[in-house]
Amino acid sequence: MKKILEGSHAIAEAVRLVKPEVISAYPITPQTHIVERLAEMVADGDLDSEYICVESEFSALSACLGASAAGSRVYSATSSQGLLFMAEVCFNVAGMRQPVVMSIANRAVSAPLSIWNDQQDSICLRDSGWIQLYAEDVQETLDLHLIAYRVAEDHKVLLPVFVCFDGFIISHTYEPVDIPDEKDVKAYLPAYVPVNKLDADDPLSMGMYATPEYYMEFRYENDQAMTRSLDVFKQAGKEFKDLFGRDYSELIEEYRLSDAKIAIIAMGSVCGTIKDAIDVMRAQGREVGLLKIRAYRPFPAEDIKKALSGIKKIGVLEKNISLGSRMKGAVGLEIKDALDDSSVSVLSYVAGLGGRDIRIEDVIKMTDAIEAGNGDCFFGLREELI
Amino acid sequence: MADRSLELEDCGHRACGGCGPALAARLILKGAGERSIICASTGCMEVFSTPYPQTAWKVPWIHSLFQNTAAVASGVEAALKRQGRDEHVLCICGDGATFDIGVLCISGAFERGHNITYICYDNEAYMNTGIQRSGATPFDANTTTSPAGKLSHGNSRPKKDMPQILAAHGAPYVATCSIAYPNDIIRKVERAVKTDGPCYIQIHTPCCTGWGFDGAKTIELGKLAIETGLWVNFEIVNGKTEKVKKVKRKPVEEYLRAQKRFAHLFKPSVNTEEIAKIQAIADANAEKYGIDLKI
Repeated sequence: MKKILEGSHAIAEAVRLVKPEVISAYPITPQTHIVERLAEMVADGDLDSEYICVESEFSALSACLGASAAGSRVYSATSSQGLLFMAEVCFNVAGMRQPVVMSIANRAVSAPLSIWNDQQDSICLRDSGWIQLYAEDVQETLDLHLIAYRVAEDHKVLLPVFVCFDGFIISHTYEPVDIPDEKDVKAYLPAYVPVNKLDADDPLSMGMYATPEYYMEFRYENDQAMTRSLDVFKQAGKEFKDLFGRDYSELIEEYRLSDAKIAIIAMGSVCGTIKDAIDVMRAQGREVGLLKIRAYRPFPAEDIKKALSGIKKIGVLEKNISLGSRMKGAVGLEIKDALDDSSVSVLSYVAGLGGRDIRIEDVIKMTDAIEAGNGDCFFGLREELI
Repeated sequence: MADRSLELEDCGHRACGGCGPALAARLILKGAGERSIICASTGCMEVFSTPYPQTAWKVPWIHSLFQNTAAVASGVEAALKRQGRDEHVLCICGDGATFDIGVLCISGAFERGHNITYICYDNEAYMNTGIQRSGATPFDANTTTSPAGKLSHGNSRPKKDMPQILAAHGAPYVATCSIAYPNDIIRKVERAVKTDGPCYIQIHTPCCTGWGFDGAKTIELGKLAIETGLWVNFEIVNGKTEKVKKVKRKPVEEYLRAQKRFAHLFKPSVNTEEIAKIQAIADANAEKYGIDLKI
């Protein structure tokens, strides 16, 4: 069914379809519309979930962990400061292999305080063991939530997932979205079957401490599961396409890339702007294309290498900054590693931090810089303020 | 009533000989019974009872972090409710996890009214990390972060009153007990798990390593704390204090002299001024709870 929905409400629809037994969340801008709508659904009997209104994000994710360990499908949502407050629990949930799915309305991190978008918050949790998916528009955000549960709960994976989408740009934007049919979602995503759970009829201990003789193997298993999730995602994406018609069978997406001499790489909503900019530049005869990255963890390095094959000039638009890093952006480093080819120029452009707008003309200017070989810098700074 | 003959905390764990918390764990499970799910905080008990791949727990048990046990328990309880299951959810946490770092999560869980029993095993300092002071450390106790010295008599603040803080949350049942009175622990845990809503039990668990006494005297120390009035066993039911353990009080000095953590009060000479302050704490307890037996 097609509806015009605010991004947050489209996510709430996805959650309604997924039917988590337990929801636990704490309000934070720009995530609040999701949890408000879910509370309404529970209040009206449209969603049969235990909804725990916790006193902090730290408890929100901790409660999700407990409920998941007791065998329930769970859901949470947060952003920015809230995600960082959860950081310790994030590592714990992944280490305990609980398939929690959490929406991340990407937002800048204080100080200075900013409620506006960049992707610093989730990027900071890079090594926490969560799968990180990034959506470009409202439809993709909704769809990725359904796929996220499939991947997280797959017994070959059993890892938690962040479904990341740009705060305000997606969370507060109205777009036409196709809401999948409940029956189809039920077929696509069967009830959660835990491998282990807290159960008095079959007691076990969870979250024990590990001495140096055991710890490393747990981390190894985590990494192996992350690697396995690449193929599990692709399969889940393919089945999604068969059922719902929209193609998520890859962790990357190419736009006018196959014959491009210059590639722009980005994650999230800015990909829409980049596509428009590419159309403008293509009309002027410039051979430029986009590589959109849908998963930052696991990082689809092999697919990226293949997609960029033969392209010598690459620019990465980064909505994050790794302070003190020569290259500056966290995604660019991964691209360099994936290509492992010193004849290719890979440059980072830190842009759009704290909600600064990135427009078509900015992308064109960035393309000029990629072509000229100038990068690994902040892009769009107001020189008069420095 | 739970079958008290069941031993749901297994032997072979790694606690010190004479460990008060280990004894508490055994007694708690006798009261809680087999249909229990235990949520644990990081700390001594977690470490001595679950070195992977061994566990001492014969009931389902989960440890997540130091400070989030009450929140984890909230989630477990919500899941059980949604699934229509009958297990009791208990938290077993140390005093650092309860009085200090976990207060936010505990307060939230109690305010929300989850049907959980939160038990603090109170050994009055961060023992797992090497005897640092916590909000539960008594006045003048020597710890590694409140050392007695030329300018210090040890911990400069009195013990935080957690039972009253949780009673003020509207908890239907709050109780204190001591490993020196095993049947009292079992009875109070039984009552708490049978009570709807969030219940709090605080168990005095002397720590031979942290307090500095012979591990054969753990029960004796627990008794002395009660008999001097420095620990009071009581129940608060729906906000009303009931069933206070009455004693013929002994001077606090008997309790203090038995522990190295108070040794600085007796050498090079007896510090009567500081001991008087501790006596005043016991006197105030006696007054507040009416513990003195009228003879």
